[in-house]
Amino acid sequence: MVVSDLRALAKHVEPGIRLALPVDYAGVSMAMTRPIIERGARNLDLVCVPTGGLQVDQLIGAGCVRSVETSAVSLGEAGGAPRFNAAVKEGTIALRDATCPAIHAGLMAAQKGSPFMPIRGLIGSDLLRHRGDWRVIDNPLADDSDPIVLIPAINPDVSLFHAPMADRFGNVWIGRRRELGAMAYASTSTLVTVERIVEENLLANEMSAAGVLPALYVTEIAVAPKGAWPYGLWGEYATDTAEILRYARAARSAEGFADYIAQAEAEKEPA
Amino acid sequence: MSKVHPREILICTIAKLLDGVRHVAVGASSPIPAAGAMLLRAQKQQAGEKGPRISILGSVEHNFFTNGSAELFDCAGQGRIDAFFLGGGQIDGHGNINLVGTGDYPRTPVRWPGSFGSAYLYYVVPRVILFREEHTPRALVEKVDFISTPGASEDGTHRTGGPIALLTGKALFRFDKTRRGFELQSVHPGHDLADIKEATGFQFIHDSRPDETDLPDAETLALLRGRVYDEVAETYPDFAAQMRREIERPLAHAS
Repeated sequence: MVVSDLRALAKHVEPGIRLALPVDYAGVSMAMTRPIIERGARNLDLVCVPTGGLQVDQLIGAGCVRSVETSAVSLGEAGGAPRFNAAVKEGTIALRDATCPAIHAGLMAAQKGSPFMPIRGLIGSDLLRHRGDWRVIDNPLADDSDPIVLIPAINPDVSLFHAPMADRFGNVWIGRRRELGAMAYASTSTLVTVERIVEENLLANEMSAAGVLPALYVTEIAVAPKGAWPYGLWGEYATDTAEILRYARAARSAEGFADYIAQAEAEKEPA
Repeated sequence: MSKVHPREILICTIAKLLDGVRHVAVGASSPIPAAGAMLLRAQKQQAGEKGPRISILGSVEHNFFTNGSAELFDCAGQGRIDAFFLGGGQIDGHGNINLVGTGDYPRTPVRWPGSFGSAYLYYVVPRVILFREEHTPRALVEKVDFISTPGASEDGTHRTGGPIALLTGKALFRFDKTRRGFELQSVHPGHDLADIKEATGFQFIHDSRPDETDLPDAETLALLRGRVYDEVAETYPDFAAQMRREIERPLAHAS
């Protein structure tokens, strides 16, 4: 496994791909947001697993996104996601509104190489009415009529997340955040940023092995200390709520959003 | 002991609505439902019983799940979760919930975050409590603009769960599954039927002189203000501190 850098990782996020991103608390690779914007990735079809936040809002604000499949997009305690909300109002992104377990079901189908996964719920909702790709069938195994919804497999081209550590063999520690594994199993490629690379083989110890995503599913890794910031990372550091609030205020307008991103870039330049 | 805070009436009402559940799940940033569940657990444990298991989403210490964010839904689908709370930008008289936005979808002029797990949990969790502190005609509408999840389903649709009650800052309603509508159960102190009618955008059944929502007894209030707020503070420190501040001083200054 060659440990890479953020710009090299961003090359995999080509225009027009389907990109899976994790929920706020699971390990969001915020460090990759700017490199993706800078490489000029456009027309991305985002899949939020199963909801989105800051990263999704910033990619939309930067004009990188064509469509969003999600169960929700918000900044949590900092309120609504301003650039997402504006894009919805202006009609500049296509929406595939879902419900959390439907996204999990679609990934699970992909993981198994199956065309779809049936799930309960949804019947009678406007979510279902607006989703031409979801189907209702009559459960063929039931004696009586039993309608059930089929969710087609979700096969992202790339999944991207942040984790505490990887070993030098490319195994990544995901602990109990199994949705990160689910994303990787379903995706063609998986890009991971980590706080650190450890010397020992994480698969050599049974305790750590149980929480490992094996290198088999991992395409490329880059080191990014505090790479989830301003989100927190489980077991490592807490969310910087003040910074998310600062973003929420700034990004109320397109100009404020552009200033925020430009300022973040200026702060990154060496003194 | 100082006067009962309006939110303490909500917490105590929630504890009663949850009586008998084995496992209750609470969404992130829902301190009042979480406090209600914790109060019930404290009451049960005081009586020598086990009390409900409480899962708070997004919390590390109140989270038993090790299989990622899918596990809550898998658990619910199997009937392992007895109670859950849902809010909603709009809730209508048939118990339909809108978490998506107002106006015509998809270009909704006001967009809310989205439906989250509602379009699944509402179908499979037996005791869903609709909780919305804001009780106004814009929140409680005749018909939602978008059905994130419906209050009731056609016969023949798998539906082991659904709404049992709607609790607001002004009143408690029961949901009647056969009629697919709400019935006013009680009005919180300081409000009357005329207020409730004016603040509610949908029709509901009611007595000509509805009951007043019960106030907690001294023992319950002492338990809430001691042990329960301590427990609440572990997950919602700001909320617990605010409650303790506001019960220390006259309510006239509490807003």
